[in-house]
Order: sequence, then C-alpha cells, then structure tokens
Amino acid sequence: MSEAKSPLSRRAILWAPLGLAAAGGVGFWAMLRGMRDGSYDPRGVPSALLGKPAPRMALPPVEGIELPTIAPEMLASPGMPVLVNFWASWCVPCVVEHPQLVALQRRGVRILGINYKDKPADAARFLVRHGNPFQALAADAEGRAGIEYGLYGVPETYLLDRQGIIRWRWAGPMMPDTLSAELDPLLRRHA
Amino acid sequence: MIPELGHFALALALALSLAQAVLPLLGAQRRDGRLMASGPGLALGVLIAVGAAFSALLWSFAVNDTTVSNVVQNSHSAKPMLYKLAGAWGNHEGSMVLWVLILALCGAAVSAFGRNLPGALRARVLAVLGMIGAGFLAFILATSNPFLRVWPPAADGQGLNPVLQDPGLAFHPPLLYLGYVGTAVTFAFAIAALIEGRVDAAWGRWVRPWALASWAFLTLGIALGSWWAYYELGWGGYWFWDPVENASLLPWLAGAALLHSAIVVEKRDALKTWSVLLAILAFSMSLLGTFLVRSGVLNSVHAFANDPERGVFILALLLLTMGGAFALFAWRAPALAPTGVFAPISREGALVLNNLLLCTIAAVVLAGTLYPMFADLMLKAKISVGPPFYQATVFPLALPLVLAMAAGPLMAWKRAKPWPVLQRLWWVALASLAAVALVWLVQGHPVLPALGFGAALWLVLGAVADIAERTALFSRPRAALSRARGLPRATWGGAVAHAGFGISLLGMAGMGLATERLAAVQPGETISLAGYEWRLDGVRDVTGPNWTSRRATVTVTRDGAPVTVLEPEKRNFPLARQSTTEAAIHTTWASDLYAVMGEEENGRATLRLHHNPLAPWIWLGGAVMALGAGLSLTDRRARVGAPARRAAEAARA
Repeated sequence: MSEAKSPLSRRAILWAPLGLAAAGGVGFWAMLRGMRDGSYDPRGVPSALLGKPAPRMALPPVEGIELPTIAPEMLASPGMPVLVNFWASWCVPCVVEHPQLVALQRRGVRILGINYKDKPADAARFLVRHGNPFQALAADAEGRAGIEYGLYGVPETYLLDRQGIIRWRWAGPMMPDTLSAELDPLLRRHA
Repeated sequence: MIPELGHFALALALALSLAQAVLPLLGAQRRDGRLMASGPGLALGVLIAVGAAFSALLWSFAVNDTTVSNVVQNSHSAKPMLYKLAGAWGNHEGSMVLWVLILALCGAAVSAFGRNLPGALRARVLAVLGMIGAGFLAFILATSNPFLRVWPPAADGQGLNPVLQDPGLAFHPPLLYLGYVGTAVTFAFAIAALIEGRVDAAWGRWVRPWALASWAFLTLGIALGSWWAYYELGWGGYWFWDPVENASLLPWLAGAALLHSAIVVEKRDALKTWSVLLAILAFSMSLLGTFLVRSGVLNSVHAFANDPERGVFILALLLLTMGGAFALFAWRAPALAPTGVFAPISREGALVLNNLLLCTIAAVVLAGTLYPMFADLMLKAKISVGPPFYQATVFPLALPLVLAMAAGPLMAWKRAKPWPVLQRLWWVALASLAAVALVWLVQGHPVLPALGFGAALWLVLGAVADIAERTALFSRPRAALSRARGLPRATWGGAVAHAGFGISLLGMAGMGLATERLAAVQPGETISLAGYEWRLDGVRDVTGPNWTSRRATVTVTRDGAPVTVLEPEKRNFPLARQSTTEAAIHTTWASDLYAVMGEEENGRATLRLHHNPLAPWIWLGGAVMALGAGLSLTDRRARVGAPARRAAEAARA
C-alpha cells in the first residue's frame, strides 16, 4: 500500500504513535501534579469569575420568542440577586432542571436565560411546552458567551449579587436539593 | 483470618505473575522447551491465587466483616445478599481484584485452548499477560489493598448508596471488564508477534476469537450501562457523551476495527502492521479509560475515588505499557511486510475503509474527551465538549461507515466490481430511501432521524440480502435451507452483528423523535402527549424498608382504551440523606411510555412525561450484535487451529 513512500518516511510514521503517547503522558503527569498542588482542578466548579463582575456582551435575542435580550444594565447592577442560566433544547438535563427554574421564577427570582448553541425554533417549542421562567433571553448560537463565562456544559447557572458580581456557579442541573441546600441561603444572604 | 489469607494470595499471585512474565519469555528466546512449558502451569497458579483472593473478598462482604475497611465503606448488613456480593466489585479496590481475576482467567484460557499454538508464540503471549498481571497486582498491593483492617470494628457498614442497589449495576462492571481484559489478550498476541517479527494468516486466526469475545462483552457492557442510565437516572436519555461513557466507547471502536482487519490478515495476508497497531491501541484505550476514571483527572458523574497517588501509579503503568509497545512497534513493524495485494474496490478495500472510518470516529471521540482537560491544563480555559460537537463530527463519519457495512460483505476478495454489488442491493437501497422519504414527510422534516431510519433499514435488509445471496434464496429457493446450514458460522455471525447494529440505529433514530412534557397537574387532571392521555389519579405515601416515598398513579389511555398504569416515585432515604427518582416505564416495543414524578406544590404534582419511540431496540440491538459475535466465535475455523502454520513448523523442525 505504501510502496510509493520512501522507507525513511514510513519508519518515521511508525514512531508517531510513541511520540503521541509520550506527549499525552507528559500532559497527564502535569495534571496529576497540578491536582496535588491545587493548580489543576478537574471539577472546574470554582469559576475564575467568582467575585468578579459578569462578562458583559451584546447578545441578540432569540428569534421568534417574545422576550427581550439581556441588556448590559441587567447585569451591571441589577439591585437584586439574579440568576444567569445557560440552557439548550437539545440538552436532556435541562428538561430535568426546568421545573426548578419555573418554581424559582414563581417565587419572584429573576432569571436571565442564555440559549446555548440552539436553533431558535427548537428553543421556542421548548418554552411553549415547558413554560417560560426567563425574564430575558439571549441567543448564544456560536457559544461565544459560553467561552466568556468558561462554561463547563449545559445547564449551568450563575448567581449575580445586587452589584452584578458573580457569587456562585452550578455546573449541571439544579435539583430541588440544590435549591434548598445551596441556592436559597445565598439568595437570602444577597437579597 | 480470611482477609489475611486473601492478602497473602494476592502477594503470591504477584510472585507467580513475575515468574510468568520472565521464564516463558526467556525460554522462547533461548528455544528452551522446558522453560517455555512453565508458562501454562504458572498461569494456572496465578488463576488459583487470584481466585482465592477474590473469594476471600466475597466472603468478607457476604458475612459483613466490619473489621475490613473496604466492607465498612461499601457495604451494610441490611443489604440483600446479591448487592452485598456485587458491592465487592462495586468499589475501586474490589473492582481491581475482579480485573486481575479476569486477566488470570484469560491467561489460563490461553494455556488451555492454545495447545495448538506454536510453543514459542504461546510462551510469549503468556509472558506478556504475566507482565500486565504483575503490573496490576503491584498496583493493588501498593495503593489499593482491599483487605485493609480497621480496629476497633465499626458497628456496621456505611455503604448503603441507594442509587447503586440495582441489578443492572451489579452486572455492568464485570461485563465491561471482560471486554477490557479481552483486549489485553489481543495485545499480548500483538507483542508476541512483534518480538517474533512474524504476523501471518495463522496469527490472524488466533487473534480473531479473542478480539470477537472481548468486543462482544464490551458491547454487552456498554449496552447494559446505557440501559441503566436510561431507567435509573430518570433523565429519559440513553447516551450523554460523558467522558466515562466515551472511555468505554474507545476500546469498542478500536476492537471493532481490529476484528475486521484480523479477517484480512487471516484470509489475505495483508494489513498486518495495521492489525498489530490496532491490537495495541485497543488495549491502550482500555488502560486509558481505567486511568481517566480512577485518577480523578476528569469531571464526570461516573468517576471513582479521586486519588492522585493512584493516578500516578496507573499513569506509570499506562506509559510503560504504551511506550514499550509503541517503541517495539516502531522498531519491529518494518519486518512485517505485506504480501497480499488488492484493488481499492474489493472486500479488503471495504474493510480498510471500515477501519479508517472507525479509527477516525475513535480519534474524534478521543479528542473530544481529552481536549477540555488539556485546554484546562495549558490554556487555563474551561471548555465543554458536548453533544453538539459529537453530533456534528460523529454522524457524518458514521454515514459512509453504514453505507459500506451493507455493501462490503457482498464484494469479492482482491478485486470487485461495484456494479454487481449495487445490483444485489437495489431493493435494499430503494426501501431505505423510501423510509427516509416517509419519515421526512410524516414527522415534519427531521434530518437525522430520517437518515437514521434509512440507515437502519439499509443495514438490516443488507444483512438479509447478504444471506439471501449466499443461499441463492431467490434464484433457487429449494436448496436454500441446506445451503444456509452449510454457510460458515462466521458469515452468519457477521450478518447478524451488522443487522444488530441496524436495530440499535433504529432505536436511536426513534429516540430522535422522542417528545416530552413537563406539567404541574392536580389529581384528576389529564395531559395528552404523543396520542396518549395521561391522567394523574393521585399521589400517596409509601413506606419501604429504609425509605419513604411519594408515589404517583398515572393512568394512560389511548382513544379511551386503557394502556397501562404508571407509578413513578420520588424516594427519600433518610439515613443516607439521599433522594432518588424511580422512573416508571411501560414499553409497548414500538415505544416507551416514561413518567417521572417531581416536586409537589399547592396540591399540584410536577410530572415529566416522555414518549420514546423504539427505545428498547437500542439495547436489544446491542444484544443482537453480541449474539452475532458469539455465532462467529463458534465458527469451525475459530475452534480448529491453523493447520497451515503447524505444517510449516513441522517442516522446519
């Protein structure tokens, strides 16, 4: 099959797997070292943004949904604690999380949604089916906001205090226990 | 006393493994028949020692010996016996002992079934297995001793994790380990072949049964795990592209490529270097999965105990294995010159295409799994690689793979003409296109599900066309039955496995059309979803042995006729301070009706209802694939050795 290639390049190719394995090994070793001295944390929960203002970006609204997009002043100093929730209609855990969002909204918590890498029509169908907990909804079709926030996956939720400083981050679906054990005390503290 | 015996047996097994790693290899290098013959005996010894250690561990769990720290952490006297025993391998330490036990079983099986292997090859294979076994036994003894004592004894165990008390989870790890460890045997064959500098048709014939068996167990293990996630997590999905799921998919993909390329080695004496590389890769992927899951370097719901010390040890094992194997490969592979030549359009060509596509998919999944970790390490950026990435990358690669899967078996070896193959498949192609068009029109233009249905039909009918062609079912139907009996089992196995993949695809395509609904309903209220009426009759309290629960009764009717009564629950385990959702599933085989009970508020209960068309076929397809591999294993060629090589050996002697 490789008659055309010179024997030298053929031999070089045969060494390639070893080189790749060695490079991977060095990386893994660095991760293990980092885990011990704390510079590498795979759980990723302590966001680099904790204690900093939320990234402000101009995101378009989701087409076909009668909700305003997230305006910069909603994040700048909202005057009350606000949740920023990344979600997508293709994400199964988001369906699991949704009742909790609806319950929060009914209790008067302000939730700003970022619809992550989704099709507007699918997102609209999702909200019609399951109800809308969001006060504002922005579209992040390319995932740029996800990169700004350092998103680990969807769903993911950030709590902003009255000054718009990120105080809490939850990667994965918020379950009823999450609300009672983690979020509610924080909401009370920052109210 | 018994735990100490178990600990001693592990140490004994390590000593025997070291001997097994050195003596037969030395014998093979020196052509010393007596040293080579030490391999089978040592392999049997390792099996007995590890078997004794595993029995001691099972015994400790069975009698709930609370002086053993592992039992205290992972068991409880109130557990049913099945879960006590399953608890023995449901934790890190115990699962490693099970891993080594299966490896020892494989070593003994190579000794027992390998009587017609050339002595030097068998000795080298056993020596490589001995090295792997010694590495893992050293790992267990140094970092993960399952027999560690605690004194004074604890009052009772703490391990009553309600989520893990499940029959699916009891059998999921052993099946997966059988698959992982099976790749160790094909790896050992590859290393032995590299040391010998010879890969021939006989090698392909010996490797294939092991590749088949390990792939079949991996298939079953993955299917069982996916099924467990479906009914126990209560999210209504079956595959989440979680790093740990991906870690089991990688050796499966490499194993699938290997068992196809081994056919080419056996029949056509080509693709030798490639097959050896695949065998090394398949085992490397298994080890990589072990490292990722147990070192804590990745973020996943499935990950085991988070322990960098263990991680360093496994990483050293992984690098030693991969580094040694790849270095040997780079040094020796040029000696494996191919002799069989073939045209691009031929059975070999189709198998090469299959290999390239499978390996590309594996590379994509590997990149998607590792990239976030390396991005975190080097760029300090948290990045997620989720379903959109895999959908965009894996599906375009899977489509040509599926196309080739039905056409390949109908092609001739060496050189085939595309036209006659297409002629035999025209009705299959027509039916598949019709399915795509039908789903497209009826279901409101979904792209992927429509293609999925077409692909599923193409594979299932393609397998039928393959068998029909070989038995001349259409041209001379009378003799077809006797011809069907005369077909090699491997042919049947291949067709069944391909059809099984089609059946799985059918289920996945159906899941692409799944619909769900969330609603807060009062008792007596009815929700309609997917043509069914779901009425909440009421919610009541139920008390179990160690839990209390709120159980909803949902009556499902269709056009007024009763279909089923679903009883989803929210269980609360006060002692473990955990709550679980018990999804209620009713399957009609055409679809699953799936209900989950959520929070209650002001007399309203939140219900999540899913309608999952064709869902059960995903896992049934997996079982059919494994059945196909099993059929192929019973082929006469796999049982009888390779006479050609034995004759050659005799002639040389």
